[in-house]
Amino acid sequence: MTRPPLLEMLGVDKAFGATVALSGAHLRVEAGEVRALIGENGAGKSTLMRILSGVESADAGTIHIAGQLFSPGNPQQAREGGIAMVHQELAVVEDLSVEENLLLGREPSRGGLFLPGQMRDRVVSSLALLGREEIQPSTPVSQLSVAERQLVEIARALVHDAPVIVFDEPTSSLGSQDIEHLFEVIGRLRQDGRAVVYISHFLEEVQSVADTWTVLRDGEVVGEGLISETTTEDLVSQMIGRQLEEMYPQVPRQRGDVLIEVRDLKTRTGLRSADLTMHRGDVLGIAGLVGSGRSELLRGIYGLDAIESGSIELLGKPHRPDPTASIQGGVGLASEDRKEEGLAVDLSVATNLTLGSFSARHFFSILGLSKEREQVEVWIDRFGIRTWGPDQSVRTLSGGNQQKVALARLLHLDVDAVLLDEPTRGIDVGSKAEVYRWIGELAAQDKGVVVVSSSMQELLGICDRIQVMHRGVLGTARPVEKWDEHSLMVSAVGGEEAA
Amino acid sequence: MKNHDLVRQSRHLASTLAPFLGVVIVVLLFQFYAPDQPMTLQTWRFVAVQTVVVGLAAVGMTWVIMSAGIDLSVGSVIALSGVSSALAVEAGWGFSGGVLAGVATGAICGAYNGLLIVGLRLPPFIATLGTMGFYRGVAKWVAANESVRPEDATGTSYTAGIAEWVRPVAEGQWLAPAVWLLLLTTLLGALALRWTVLGRHTVAIGSNELTARLCGVRIERTKVIIYCLAGLLAGLAGVMLFGRLTVGDPTSAVGIELDVIAAVVIGGASLAGGQGSVTGALAGALLMAVLRNRCTAVGWPNFVQEMIVGHIIILAVALDQWRIRRTRR
Repeated sequence: MTRPPLLEMLGVDKAFGATVALSGAHLRVEAGEVRALIGENGAGKSTLMRILSGVESADAGTIHIAGQLFSPGNPQQAREGGIAMVHQELAVVEDLSVEENLLLGREPSRGGLFLPGQMRDRVVSSLALLGREEIQPSTPVSQLSVAERQLVEIARALVHDAPVIVFDEPTSSLGSQDIEHLFEVIGRLRQDGRAVVYISHFLEEVQSVADTWTVLRDGEVVGEGLISETTTEDLVSQMIGRQLEEMYPQVPRQRGDVLIEVRDLKTRTGLRSADLTMHRGDVLGIAGLVGSGRSELLRGIYGLDAIESGSIELLGKPHRPDPTASIQGGVGLASEDRKEEGLAVDLSVATNLTLGSFSARHFFSILGLSKEREQVEVWIDRFGIRTWGPDQSVRTLSGGNQQKVALARLLHLDVDAVLLDEPTRGIDVGSKAEVYRWIGELAAQDKGVVVVSSSMQELLGICDRIQVMHRGVLGTARPVEKWDEHSLMVSAVGGEEAA
Repeated sequence: MKNHDLVRQSRHLASTLAPFLGVVIVVLLFQFYAPDQPMTLQTWRFVAVQTVVVGLAAVGMTWVIMSAGIDLSVGSVIALSGVSSALAVEAGWGFSGGVLAGVATGAICGAYNGLLIVGLRLPPFIATLGTMGFYRGVAKWVAANESVRPEDATGTSYTAGIAEWVRPVAEGQWLAPAVWLLLLTTLLGALALRWTVLGRHTVAIGSNELTARLCGVRIERTKVIIYCLAGLLAGLAGVMLFGRLTVGDPTSAVGIELDVIAAVVIGGASLAGGQGSVTGALAGALLMAVLRNRCTAVGWPNFVQEMIVGHIIILAVALDQWRIRRTRR
């Protein structure tokens, strides 16, 4: 007799009102298997995982853990039943130490007294299994990097010996080096005989980390199989239910005048030295590891980060970096952090879209609300933002649609120089292709674009020129033909000389 | 599409009307409990005038709270403005001089609050906690630690006509002028919140300050203006308080900031910022005034009123939270 799989979900149905989120979905993961769960935003991946982790209850269907029927009534029960989730948004408490975070909610105690010593060995060995024994359990999490915080979350699953570990978009906030490390960790979990579910939009990642795949579309499982027997094109067409004509559409364009000229820019936030020339009709890519100073460069030019030295010229004139002045001068920035900075998620689509366009006006100017509405509806149409209207709160939109709102705002401002920081982070493949097309069209309309991205493939696909940031120093610009994934990676890790 | 709009509109209407509905419910409950003490037109006129001081300050406080701020110094500003209004009248500056002195004092206090918050990067709670004590001290100082009582030649108290504005029942008037002033201020405050750049920026700062900054909103300047406007309205409230007391009392309006904040919160504002309603705040102020009036009418002691008002605040916020959770789903 064969052993039952570690995780088996069968015939799972779930509807929210009239919307069917899942219909007859199944998922099966053996011990020592890494299964990629893929699909566009809204395909039902999150709902399936929310059912597994006890946040939602299924309308129908069963879950078995190692052959045992499992029906978690709440997240606490799911955790105790052996389901560990590593979320896209990191769920760590910054003000507590690593150890306190690892034991959070299941603190070893006697008579209400917290006794961390009892679990110290497990805490230390969990961190060691992840290859990070140098992290002290007493370190406050607020002192850790984003990648290390994520490791804390994974370690939490190990401390509690969870057999099933779910990774929900784990790489969306990591740089390539940390991603490689994460994959190594997942490899260790595989060897350790855990069942791993890996949710991601990044197909290249999926192909390097997973053994098997399951594709969800519109709440149904439309295909599954072995990673080794499939291609990216296969997976993409399964996900979107049609052939993806071209991921990186080429829009013909002509490089024009200089828009922005940056000389030896240094910020107080970590950018040490950057020279950059931005042209009309040109897409310039900035590669590099997370934390290397890529965002700080854009933020310095735009005026969000304080500048220590260096010069910025906009259309040949000195530019005083300050968000209001930037917008007036025709410079726009889309922040990498949509939820914290890029959008006011509790406000409506309309308010978010038009927010920047009033900064130049007088405080007591009267707003033309009906005109604003008309304009907003045009943008919703043009960008294909899936919403029921301009008044919908941005929080309730999917990631891809939120990003469209953030980008539409830049276009609404009618800026000439567009600074994009991780414009496709956490959005689905279909939306990505659209974003790439807009970037090309912007350049074709004689605007200049700078794109910061962690995806080498993306940069190679859409840029005309690429510069690599390494430890706060920006390398020289080279035409895209002179780069490949390997040379970009080498420069990002070792700097210009290394390449 | 249309359907969603309709749902949203009716929800919006419901949350705006909720505090007014609360007023109606309170009145009906008391009507039921003590049928011999009905709310007459005359009572309404009294209650309306009693709402003026808290109501005027609540309009400004709504703006402050919607920007994710707070102003604890309101009570002290009201007292200080009342004193300076009284001093101006005593000095013979007349009606407009008295009003202007109070309003200007309030605006200066508010601007100072704003400058402290922006300049020293202080949390509004701390900055205004500090100025709450400071303005109270200034009020006692300029009033020489006693009430300022302007008198005319015959020795009777004299307010240059300000007292007439807050007299609930006067010949040939339907409502006291101060009540009209309150209604007009509320209307302007509500319209400006929705229809001006300043209003839009206030909501944006309260909802997500980082986003507002990214979009080029002048955060610092906007905040100073918001606190300045709130101070100006508190100053106006101080003038009205002087009218009611006929003296500029530096020890008056102690603790009134909590009534003002309560009115704003009952009116549907979130202390986390980004949400709130000026008309709701007016209804909140009215609700508390009605409640006080009714408790007195049926002979309940002061402490009972306090106990009830406390729970009205809790109930209002709990209902609001519940409503938000439901719409998020």
